Amino acid sequence: MSSQTTSSTWVNTNHPTPAGRPPASQVGVVGWLRTNLFNGFFNSILTIITLIVAYFVVTGAVRWLFNAYWAPVWANRKLFAVGPYPVDQLWQPALVLFMVTLLFGLSAGRWGSFLRSLAIGLGALLGVLALLPLGTQAQLVMAVALGLLIVGFVIGLRVAIGSRWLVLAWLISMPVTAVLLKGGIDLQRIGITWSFAPFVNPGLYGGLMLTMILAVVGITLSFPLGVLLALGRRSKLPVIHYFSITYIEVIRGVPLITILFLAMAMLPLFLPKGWDSPSGLVRVLTAITLFSAAYLAENVRGGLQALPKGQYEAADALGLRGWHKLRFIILPQALTKVIPAMVGQFIGLFKDTSLAALVGLLELVGVARAVIQQPEWLGVPGGVAKEVYIFVAFVFFIFSFGMSFASRKLETRLGVGKR
Amino acid sequence: MAGHALTDDIIVCNAVNKWFGEFHVLKNVSLAVKRQEVVVVIGPSGSGKSTLIRTINRLEEHQSGEITVDGIPLTRDVRNIESIRMETGMVFQQFNLFPHLTVLQNITLAPIHVRKMKKKDAEALAMELLERVKIPEQAAKYPGQLSGGQQQRVAIARALAMRPKIMLFDEPTSALDPEMIREVLEVMEDLAESGMTMLVVTHEMGFARGVADRVVFMDSGEIVEIGTPDTFFSAPQHDRTKLFLEQILK
Ligand SMILES: Nc1ncnc2c1ncn2[C@@H]1O[C@H](COP(=O)(O)OP(=O)(O)OP(=O)(O)O)[C@@H](O)[C@H]1O
Ligand SMILES: [Mg+2]
Repeated sequence: MSSQTTSSTWVNTNHPTPAGRPPASQVGVVGWLRTNLFNGFFNSILTIITLIVAYFVVTGAVRWLFNAYWAPVWANRKLFAVGPYPVDQLWQPALVLFMVTLLFGLSAGRWGSFLRSLAIGLGALLGVLALLPLGTQAQLVMAVALGLLIVGFVIGLRVAIGSRWLVLAWLISMPVTAVLLKGGIDLQRIGITWSFAPFVNPGLYGGLMLTMILAVVGITLSFPLGVLLALGRRSKLPVIHYFSITYIEVIRGVPLITILFLAMAMLPLFLPKGWDSPSGLVRVLTAITLFSAAYLAENVRGGLQALPKGQYEAADALGLRGWHKLRFIILPQALTKVIPAMVGQFIGLFKDTSLAALVGLLELVGVARAVIQQPEWLGVPGGVAKEVYIFVAFVFFIFSFGMSFASRKLETRLGVGKR
Repeated sequence: MAGHALTDDIIVCNAVNKWFGEFHVLKNVSLAVKRQEVVVVIGPSGSGKSTLIRTINRLEEHQSGEITVDGIPLTRDVRNIESIRMETGMVFQQFNLFPHLTVLQNITLAPIHVRKMKKKDAEALAMELLERVKIPEQAAKYPGQLSGGQQQRVAIARALAMRPKIMLFDEPTSALDPEMIREVLEVMEDLAESGMTMLVVTHEMGFARGVADRVVFMDSGEIVEIGTPDTFFSAPQHDRTKLFLEQILK
């Protein structure tokens, strides 16, 4: 037995020893239970207590869910979806939904990976909405959107659309959304007015639609700003360097809600005299963009710092300069490193948009507050706040969970793919 | 650039001094490298070998003395720096390939954006160079999928794609497993044979003996001795050189 460790030469004559099986107490259901839940006295107690608590919470929640008063949510489903947007012009947001689902399908088919899981989630959601008795028109819209998602997906799989065209299409989809929702272009200041439908006041945008607009536009606009700030922070020019640092640190040291209130009060002061005062939507978007850019800048800075010095040196030695070095060597690597962090930030931003309710915007939480005040429900014992907020929380959860699920898939992909 | 060929020396360093803060890394270093010459720089760790070759393409800035590369004086003028970088290729100890780009993209990036070559031509050139370093079949892979020796050969091809007149090597085989050193040295030998001007920092004495035209020994930021491989290895003059050779050749 100990010849192996004591003798100066030793040969393992048994060498290809057949693989054995682990002891039964460590495998199977019993083994799993034993190693994970009942490995020791305290853990066993903890497991039992947790099970008891979970039992009461779940049964209580289920009982409450079935006895809860969902009428206010159901009656206001249009309000939760699009806010007080004019009913006879709802085809305009519907067109936006069609455009987005088509683009989403194309992107998921073309780029695959985590977008595919998101597309499946979105498809399932649209399918459920199409089947719920929301109303013929709404159901039809959801069905068509689902159809476009699938069509886009199939086209994306079959046709090799250039990535840059898809990105361009997404970028263009934003001003197109603005025009579609507005009913035309209303830029009197530079003498352009054109409309295909009666203009809709942005104050009438609301619900989930507005939440989405705030989050998507906020993150899109803050992205380039954040990258510039991150680069500025590393700049050797003192003016740019200190401006960036000051900006980032000031914004990060202040709660979003104060920036929202300040933007509501102060934005008009920064505009030239005689300009129309910007709508609440524009003010909130400005605040969210400025806020989010500071955090994004810090994320990007992390990515820039993580880049080995050798990458800069190799680029320099090859004669790559300025923009080329940034565009082809530095940003692609720095930004891929921080994609997971940026997705996390996007989820945060998505939830933070609810603060816009406090400055009067009718996004999801704003709608919730309005619904609770409706006279119909005043007689309901205990009020309807519970149901309404649970519903809103549920909507936020669905989307946040979808995104964080997708970002986990993305992280594993980035982790194992290219090194 | 006609008229620069007046002299045969393609790299001229004249009394170059450099400090890192208070630390004097390069002390009055003067060295001239002729066209098509292969010069090997050896010396103990920290003697300033890397710093010397990195000042030549301005990865490090020197504080006094003159450096001239193919007739272009190395000054703060970015146009001069750019021209010199286009004439010199560099190969690093850690390869420094771009991990997010394929082998082919690594090689074509600079020709396309710095030399303004057409993508097609750049790709043809890249394939030609990959043949030369004997890994054309790896063109579509990412650096992370290659062995160290293959990565270093890609790095050499990437530098050559800019059609440099001079190649600088900073310990190109020091990060490699022993069985891969050979394949990289072979590529470097071929390159030397083709008439490339090369300035090579290395610990591979076999390469120095077999390929170098001259060997430069550095210690504590100074050039101590320069000689042809024959005289340098068989009859070193300075005591410091003798001691160093004793240590590494024992
Ligand atoms: N960026 C820097 N800042 C401060 N000191 C540095 C820096 N780079 C190098 N040095 C110092 O300068 C000296 C010379 O460094 P260099 O890298 O040129 O040595 P070397 O001869 O290439 O050594 P090695 O064989 O270890 O690569 C070393 O003492 C090193 O610590
Ligand atoms: Mg070195």
